Amino acid sequence: MNGERIRVRGLVQGVGFRPTVWRLAQDLGLTGEVRNDGEGVLIRIWGPPPERDRFCAELLVQCPPLARIDALERQPCDEPPPAAGFRIVASVAGSVHTGIVPDAATCPACRRELFDPADRRYRYPFINCTHCGPRLSIVAAIPYDRANTSMAVFAMCAACQREYEDPGDRRFHAQPNACAICGPRVWISERGGQALDPAVLGAVDAIAAASHLLGQGAIVAIKGIGGFHLACDATDARAVAELRRRKARFAKPFALMARDLDVIRRFARLDAIEAEQLASVAAPILLLAADGAERVADEVAPGQTTIGFMLPYSPIHHLLLDAWERPLVMTSGNRSDEPQCTDNDEAAERLHGLADYWLWHDRAIVNRVDDSVVRILDGAPRLLRRARGYAPAPLNLPPGFAAGPPILAFGGELKNTICLLQDGQAVLSQHLGDLEDARTAREYERTIDLYLELFRHQPAWFALDHHPGYRSTLVGIERAARAEVPIRRIQHHHAHIAAVLADNGWPLAGGRVLGIALDGLGYGADGTLWGGELLLADYAGYERVGWLAPTPLPGGGKAILEPWRTAYAHLATHLGWERVRAAYPDLEVVQWLADRPLEILDRQMATGFNAPVTSACGRLFDAVAAVLGIGRGGIQYEGQAAIELEALACRAGDDDTSAYPFAWREAVEGAPSDTIELDPTPMWQALLADLAAGRSAPEVAVRFHRGLAEAVANGAARLAARHHCSTTALSGGVFQNRLLFEDLALRLRGLGLVVLAHRQVPTNDGGLSLGQAVVAAAQVIG
Amino acid sequence: MGHGAGGRAMAQLIDELFQRHLDNPLLRQHNDQALFTPPPGRLVISTDGHVITPLFFPGGDIGSLAVHGTINDVAMAGARPLYLAAGFVLEEGFPLADLDRLVASMAAASRSAGVPIVTGDTKVVERGKGDGCFITTTGLGVVPDGVAISGDQARPGDAVLVSGSLGDHGVAILSQREGLGFATEIRSDSAALHDLVAAMVAAVPGIHCLRDPTRGGLATTLNELARQSGVGMRLREAAIPIQPAVAAACELLGLDPLYVANEGKLVAICAADDADILLAAMRAHPLGAQAARIGEVVADPHRFVQMETRFGGQRIVDWLAGEPLPRIC
Ligand SMILES: [Fe+3]
Ligand SMILES: [Mg+2]
Ligand SMILES: [Zn+2]
Ligand SMILES: [Zn+2]
Repeated sequence: MNGERIRVRGLVQGVGFRPTVWRLAQDLGLTGEVRNDGEGVLIRIWGPPPERDRFCAELLVQCPPLARIDALERQPCDEPPPAAGFRIVASVAGSVHTGIVPDAATCPACRRELFDPADRRYRYPFINCTHCGPRLSIVAAIPYDRANTSMAVFAMCAACQREYEDPGDRRFHAQPNACAICGPRVWISERGGQALDPAVLGAVDAIAAASHLLGQGAIVAIKGIGGFHLACDATDARAVAELRRRKARFAKPFALMARDLDVIRRFARLDAIEAEQLASVAAPILLLAADGAERVADEVAPGQTTIGFMLPYSPIHHLLLDAWERPLVMTSGNRSDEPQCTDNDEAAERLHGLADYWLWHDRAIVNRVDDSVVRILDGAPRLLRRARGYAPAPLNLPPGFAAGPPILAFGGELKNTICLLQDGQAVLSQHLGDLEDARTAREYERTIDLYLELFRHQPAWFALDHHPGYRSTLVGIERAARAEVPIRRIQHHHAHIAAVLADNGWPLAGGRVLGIALDGLGYGADGTLWGGELLLADYAGYERVGWLAPTPLPGGGKAILEPWRTAYAHLATHLGWERVRAAYPDLEVVQWLADRPLEILDRQMATGFNAPVTSACGRLFDAVAAVLGIGRGGIQYEGQAAIELEALACRAGDDDTSAYPFAWREAVEGAPSDTIELDPTPMWQALLADLAAGRSAPEVAVRFHRGLAEAVANGAARLAARHHCSTTALSGGVFQNRLLFEDLALRLRGLGLVVLAHRQVPTNDGGLSLGQAVVAAAQVIG
Repeated sequence: MGHGAGGRAMAQLIDELFQRHLDNPLLRQHNDQALFTPPPGRLVISTDGHVITPLFFPGGDIGSLAVHGTINDVAMAGARPLYLAAGFVLEEGFPLADLDRLVASMAAASRSAGVPIVTGDTKVVERGKGDGCFITTTGLGVVPDGVAISGDQARPGDAVLVSGSLGDHGVAILSQREGLGFATEIRSDSAALHDLVAAMVAAVPGIHCLRDPTRGGLATTLNELARQSGVGMRLREAAIPIQPAVAAACELLGLDPLYVANEGKLVAICAADDADILLAAMRAHPLGAQAARIGEVVADPHRFVQMETRFGGQRIVDWLAGEPLPRIC
């Protein structure tokens, strides 16, 4: 018997998989056919067994760059072989489940053609092939055909059409295929909107003109793959400061783009894993240690020891940066706190006054897709923002979830993503952003509809956070009523822990772990705000066995924006303000706080009026940062105080290994008997004593980090022993902090515990929807 | 103050107290109802239960508030209020002197508004079963011909106006209740708005919507109107009038003044072409001197009320689901 059927599952459609199969079969002299269908790709081949074995082995090796083979199943086939040759069978409409792959950075072959004067696409800024180019950003509906993308308005010329139809060509069925004759084009305009002739600047084309203007210190708005960027020379302090002023973004770091790894190495330390991540097809922003020989302008990342770098990922960027030996700022094209622009008219209006020049193009961006962010933490790359290059590639769920019903999870409030669960896979949307913004909230609803269509998803359940004020929850409740879909409300930190379990392939029947959720704020089961929790958890349920001592937030949300309020609440609650004042009358922070309207805060804390109580770890970071003078009066972006506290700690020497003491209290009044509460009182006593003794702020910051890591590790070990579990699962926004994360992980392993932490999914609320979905699934599966 | 059988004498006493302060011909009929001939036209009726701590606050008390609140609800239909009815629930032991003060205040409010309280009732409940004093008032009014004001009339393009600064009442109450000590500066704006409404209707009979942003503040009222009319709204933060002392108090307490209650303010929505005339009419009236145009109605399937912040962002001004809780993670 010389025939067999080969079933290939994974990301195998719309990525040049069938041409690869075709070429391989031709090379090995096999006959047969290949087709896309509802389950992936089906191959039928005939030929001698050794050749067929080689075919399968080679397919795994030669798998196209954007494809992902999850399974390859071989079965004998009795049918007679076809007459001769190997052919690609056209897909039957409606039977194909193509899904959508992420946008991918320009491949090496396209890059070569882009800079080859002899190539017909020399300097054509929309060059792409089945191995690279836009996907999610241009698609409006399925199937993923040109007609359902923003390329629909560009009719292919004869040359492009030939490539598109030739199975031997890299551009076979490349939906965004185009050239200068038939495809999208770029142009440049000045502030007032009038087009600018590149020749006037002595430039060969619009992109060269933009590059030239950037060199003169201009701020240029650049339309890219998933949105607009604002760009300027990152070494030009005046330009960077001007960009900050115009954007009204005064503190949050700007991302940078550099032509190649060599340029990046001059400004940042770069190890092998980081270099590999930067050069990957996803081409994310990497957070790197900013200690190269040269420095970008201080205004790029004030108060930071890291900078975010990415490589060019579209032909536009390659052309723009070709002549640049220095990095460019490439920050999202928006005013502070808004989503970046995607539409030309919208950009002209919203970016008015922000840019000196605009580099436009006429391929519409259908879906906003932000740049992804990766940081190497505890030796592994971890996604902190999952968007371009990653979404919407499905994540394979751990064993046990294949039987689950289709579930739609609505995510959190900030850094929102949504998640679809079906067929043992989770599709996590790209980072959508903060739903308090009206534009993002609108996009949020549109994205829900888009994903339901793209993945033909009919949810049997909705999974929502418990917070009554999250827009995601409100939208979910409204949609549930309309569509008559039942709801499951999932506790915020249970969702965090479930997300990290799913991220690590922890089986549904894997049993309980000790979840360590160190987070900002999440709505707790008791109506208070949680965020420093030790949860004995599996997918279906949890028990709250430990927490940070509750502390009020006088002023509610205001306390988050003004960390001095939280600092005062901590000192007043855990030490007593009068005692602090009496003991340290000369301490700068004590005098500073004494000048604030403390009697109002006291009153709020006494009556509970707009002073919700929280156990959140993020707020403890705020309090310590504020005592040290960081962000005390007001922060500019979420998590700023904690991020700058980490940066401060990184400036301390390594010779001192002291850690501030904390105390675990067993079974505090009103709590179940085997629970523990972390009391920060000894930490505050030691910290204030250090400040009074003139210890430097970096040293205090590092001792705080170490003390917290030590305390959490010890508490976790105590509970793990008590409840007979040996695995810890770390999640929550605080684990973006490298110092705390790595120190805690080290200590936990030292105590004999296994540590699970996020990799493919953000540890912050960007990963929340995945956790909500798997918790709901586990509860429904039962 | 007594309760039950022993309280009969007390009931008598209370009755006399009401007669003395609220005296008018209809009340003097001493019936369980007031009898009158309504004027021609369409009638509106509205009722509201008033519960507030503290009972006395800078700028008013529960008595005047119960009069103003119901007059305003009637007036928001563009109506001229005619009569009020009042029902009291008093807790056993409530000081008679306080009751005397409250009823006197009600009488003064009713007299100066020109809307008499023509019937009423009093119940005394056991100690611990009430919070001193609750007052329910019902108002009756008549709507002039040609006026068709309703919450479902807002249309894309319409202008959104407010009659003055926001948050004064709520902050005055909080300040008093929480002992926060802004009491001297900030007074409740509690007032009867029917005279202002009459002037507005005279200037622009075709006003689309009127509503007083009481509990839940401006944000809640605009969301109600947006939902009722099936539209969205866009506000400009910089255009919304807020007294500096109120803004400072909100800042200190971490409150959003858009969610703080008002008792003497109204929101008006009218065609953009009428906005200047209406605004001028409002500003010509003492209760509308600080009136401002704060935004516009837009077509929006999501019915978002959104506000352009001082930085140019577009923040959603959402419904408030219970207590405000931080949403930052
Ligand atoms: Fe969270
Ligand atoms: Mg009412
Ligand atoms: Zn390519
Ligand atoms: Zn072409």
